[in-house]
Amino acid sequence: MRASAEPFLSLRGVAKTYRAGGRETVAVSDVSFDLAEGEFLALVGPSGCGKSTLLKILAGLHPHDAGELRISHPGFDPGRDIGVAFQSPLLLKWRRVLDNVLLPAEILGLPMAATRDRARDLLALVGLAGSEDKFPYELSGGMQQRVSLARALVHDPKLVLLDEPFGALDALTRERMNLEIRRIWSSSGKTVVMVTHGVQEAVFCATQVAVLTAGPARMADHFAVELPEPRELAIRNTPEFGALARRVYDRLGLE
Amino acid sequence: MGALRRHAPAVLAHLAVLALWAWATTWGGVPRFILPGPLETLRALSAPQIDWPRHLAMTAAEAFGGFALAVVIGVLLAVVFTWSAALRRGMMPLLVTLNLIPKVALAPLFIVWLGYGLVPNIAITFVISFFPIVITTARGLAEVEPELIDLVRTVRATRWQVFRKIQLPSSLPYLFSGMRVAAVLAIAGTVVGEFVGSEAGLGFVMMAAQGTLDTPAMVMALILITLVGVALYALVVLLEHLTVTVDARLR
Repeated sequence: MRASAEPFLSLRGVAKTYRAGGRETVAVSDVSFDLAEGEFLALVGPSGCGKSTLLKILAGLHPHDAGELRISHPGFDPGRDIGVAFQSPLLLKWRRVLDNVLLPAEILGLPMAATRDRARDLLALVGLAGSEDKFPYELSGGMQQRVSLARALVHDPKLVLLDEPFGALDALTRERMNLEIRRIWSSSGKTVVMVTHGVQEAVFCATQVAVLTAGPARMADHFAVELPEPRELAIRNTPEFGALARRVYDRLGLE
Repeated sequence: MGALRRHAPAVLAHLAVLALWAWATTWGGVPRFILPGPLETLRALSAPQIDWPRHLAMTAAEAFGGFALAVVIGVLLAVVFTWSAALRRGMMPLLVTLNLIPKVALAPLFIVWLGYGLVPNIAITFVISFFPIVITTARGLAEVEPELIDLVRTVRATRWQVFRKIQLPSSLPYLFSGMRVAAVLAIAGTVVGEFVGSEAGLGFVMMAAQGTLDTPAMVMALILITLVGVALYALVVLLEHLTVTVDARLR
């Protein structure tokens, strides 16, 4: 984490309104936060709170119509330095695992020999060494999601955006993937923003939690998760973890 | 061994039909001018007045030629539709309307326009097998998960990259499902063309043999027509197996 005055990512009053058929829907209103490089931010909230829209704004896929979004990093190129993964693995069925991971690098025209080695290393990092030549249908849902995480990292992006990456997995696989994503995050040193509706998942994975509420869509809280590292699943039974999780539930109006 | 066991029921079913045919014509009392037995049908191949290889080659050329033309033009048109929304909105409904024309009824017109022989029969085969290909391929090209497009847009994929790396390969299962339907239609189109006007081809053989009540030649021609259809269908299935992974195939 750099101690510079400018945070890596800075949002000030970011808002987005959709207009369809003469009706206006506020998807995101007045979101402000700063995020230092190398942090892991969880955006947590119920469905319809605009967290996926916010992620798409960060990804540069949707323009925001108010406020300011700044990424302060020397040489940051939003068309090259962002990696994304979604709830569905979205693998190309006709490509082997390694070639799926290489997709963003191919599109960017990166040198293939070096990138191929990097893709192999990433597959090892996500625990899929030896599966390079398999087809997606030969993998379980959890393994497919690992491939999509490797793909999000293959072009060495500075910012990794994850949209409910474990939302479609069963509870046990999801817990394993929570440990995995922490391991991948800490060994890659990337700045990560993850959208989730799992309160436990958010507090466990992230170093920063932002709470968004629905109707109206707005940012209700933002705090640092100060829990010891490295985190084990058992940390969820500690009073410190419980207090942070309760804080999120409270902001969501669930307690 | 596993393959043998898996295909055994299908092989047995085919053999059973052959056996039933042999039984019905030998002991079942079916008169030979209605339906000749398998051996007698086979013997029609040695009839000196019919040049079987030439007729078979003609029918195969018409069926494969018309089908290939339908695939090429069908895919090209589907691609054009994905690149131009305006063209798609105008042309797709038009295609659906044109598809409702009973294509076999075009055969007499085609003969007026194109004369006798290979060309009008390729044209009939083409129009009858073209629609399922263009319609399924256009659907396949359009059905790409929006989030996948978002994913590649974050690395600024060009329209061409999206098309070549995602849309085109993901439309292949749809193309093949269209081609399987089209292969069955194609052979029907070819034979109808030959019925209506031609001087060669297995359909022509059937019409000529009908005049002399030569049922063995008629049944033999029918079997060869079917085999041409089987070959066309098998080619499609083979290509699909070579290019589409198991889980992506549409059934």
